[in-house]
Amino acid sequence: MSARTQVYGMIAEFESPGALLSAAEKMRDAGYTTFDCHSPFPIHGMDTAMGLKRSIVGYVAGICGLAGGSFGLALQWWTSVVDYPLVISGKPFFSYQAFVPVTFALTVLCAAIGVVIAMLVTNGLPRLFHGWFYSSRFTRFSNDGFFVSVEVGDKRYDPVKTKAFLESIGGTHVEVVQGE
Amino acid sequence: MAAAEAKELQQLPLVLGDKKYDNVTRDIIAPVETFPKKLWWIAFSVALTVFGVHMTAIAVVVGTGLGLLGINNPVGWGTFIINFVFWIGIGHAGTLISAVLYVFRQQWRTAINRSAEAMTIFAVACAGIFPNIHVGRLWFIFWAMPYPNERGVLWPNFRSPLVWDVFAISTYLTISLVFWYAGLVPDFASIRDRIKESDAVQKIRKSVYSVLSLGWVGSTRAWAHYEAMAMILAGLSFPLVLSVHSIVSFDFATSVIPGWHTTIFPPYFVIGAIFSGFGMVLTLLIIMREVFHFQDYITIKHLENMAKVTMLTGSLVGLAYSTEFFMAWYSGSPFEGFAFINRMFGPYWWAYWIMVSCNVITPQLFWFKSIRTNPTLLWIISIFVNIGMWFERYVIVVTSLHRDYLPSSWDMYIMTNWDFAILIGSFGMFFTLFLLFVRVFPAIAIAEIKMVMKSPGAKGFGH
Repeated sequence: MSARTQVYGMIAEFESPGALLSAAEKMRDAGYTTFDCHSPFPIHGMDTAMGLKRSIVGYVAGICGLAGGSFGLALQWWTSVVDYPLVISGKPFFSYQAFVPVTFALTVLCAAIGVVIAMLVTNGLPRLFHGWFYSSRFTRFSNDGFFVSVEVGDKRYDPVKTKAFLESIGGTHVEVVQGE
Repeated sequence: MAAAEAKELQQLPLVLGDKKYDNVTRDIIAPVETFPKKLWWIAFSVALTVFGVHMTAIAVVVGTGLGLLGINNPVGWGTFIINFVFWIGIGHAGTLISAVLYVFRQQWRTAINRSAEAMTIFAVACAGIFPNIHVGRLWFIFWAMPYPNERGVLWPNFRSPLVWDVFAISTYLTISLVFWYAGLVPDFASIRDRIKESDAVQKIRKSVYSVLSLGWVGSTRAWAHYEAMAMILAGLSFPLVLSVHSIVSFDFATSVIPGWHTTIFPPYFVIGAIFSGFGMVLTLLIIMREVFHFQDYITIKHLENMAKVTMLTGSLVGLAYSTEFFMAWYSGSPFEGFAFINRMFGPYWWAYWIMVSCNVITPQLFWFKSIRTNPTLLWIISIFVNIGMWFERYVIVVTSLHRDYLPSSWDMYIMTNWDFAILIGSFGMFFTLFLLFVRVFPAIAIAEIKMVMKSPGAKGFGH
């Protein structure tokens, strides 16, 4: 069985949101790139502490919203002017004022669905498996635990040095996460 | 002096008691982890029975025809439209709390947004049934959707407010659901991670919550995208919630019925919707905080804030009522004038005065702090708000229609037992869903509560 054991990385626990924030800064300054912090709730200032870029989901929402709105307007124009022109109360075929509600609804609908899908895709969700699930201590991340994780793929990952470094910046219960 | 002032300005904490993060998780998940007691089962069986009556009555009415109902000529819109507007309105408070207060960074919303959003979804679901059965031939309702069809070149009329409704309501329901579910993901992870797979039941629970939580590991990268998404969803829901009830009001306002054909309708409907929704939020949460011991999370301060919103919107509704009267007089139209005098003193005077006393007068009691901070009185007044707002829609629909332009067409609207069964039945559906919700989902947003509480252990850290 041990031959199939795979090492996923290393996790260390920190005491509080503040401790996690300063740990993230030190990890960033030490040159780690594929590390992450895990907390029960979003901590403000964490993205700059980790050196993350701004999320792209806003752009996706904008593009999807524009596409949805354009489709909505085009649909109403085509059905009311081209395919099925019908005089209603003597109004022009392209009575755009009346087309505002549907255009708006489709803009919002597409933007919202787009932003949720963008969030899922950028986060790699949904996933049925994650290496950190092998650590029983890690489950506390969704309750009151604050963790730093380093993936084994990080170019600065080293079983001994990384462990020592995590401990030097205040991490406790440093463990190597491995499973089948 | 300065110190005393600073102390006075310091706000009350949003979470009471000296709580650690672990206590928060434990307290809020407790109803999900324990088997329901007798009280819940009694409430649930009553709600489920009423829900059964609802479905049966709908089946009979759809199977037999709309002749079973009280509607006639000229009152072609009856309880179905009244209930539709009533339930859609209820939903608006949830979106207001989850989106509008989010955009304005009102941190007190965190304790109430989850259940208010649940209320929105269940209310919109209840509302959604009514236009479908109102058309009489439920099986043709899909004709409202634009799609290339076999009936020749035939498309819905996009100039019709009824078609706008189809888009507005389905968008509203979809976005409310998505927003709600996205907010639940981290909390589903909290439930998942607490389950010990000791027996078969726990194993099933673990699988269910694992799937629901989508493999969430709370990483900072994930939170960054997640928070950006939440802000955008809130920003999108903000104009949406204002548009939905505006569009519902267009169903009335674009007609040429005296009492309906007014430009004040969109803001008047939106304010009324928020008012009725806060009434329902108070009704639900005051019970929930007692039963589940959430007093430290849904504090008196939260209730007081909601009471203030209720008072403000109730007063605005009163302002709208008087503006309508002024415009009826100022327009010089005898039909408009008659419609409003008839509302006050005509055959439906009682409905009108129930509406005014419940919606305009009772919320004025909230000027007194002792009433605003008393949960029992708050709950009683919230019931009045619910009743008053149902009657508002009754007054709008029935009094305007029952007196047509030609006196020979005049008639009265009398609800039949089928009307009553479906009206009361919709409450059964609503409470069935809500009772299930509080036992399966965390009823308070755990991650968001942890954000706004003072972080234990870390000096000077917090929001």
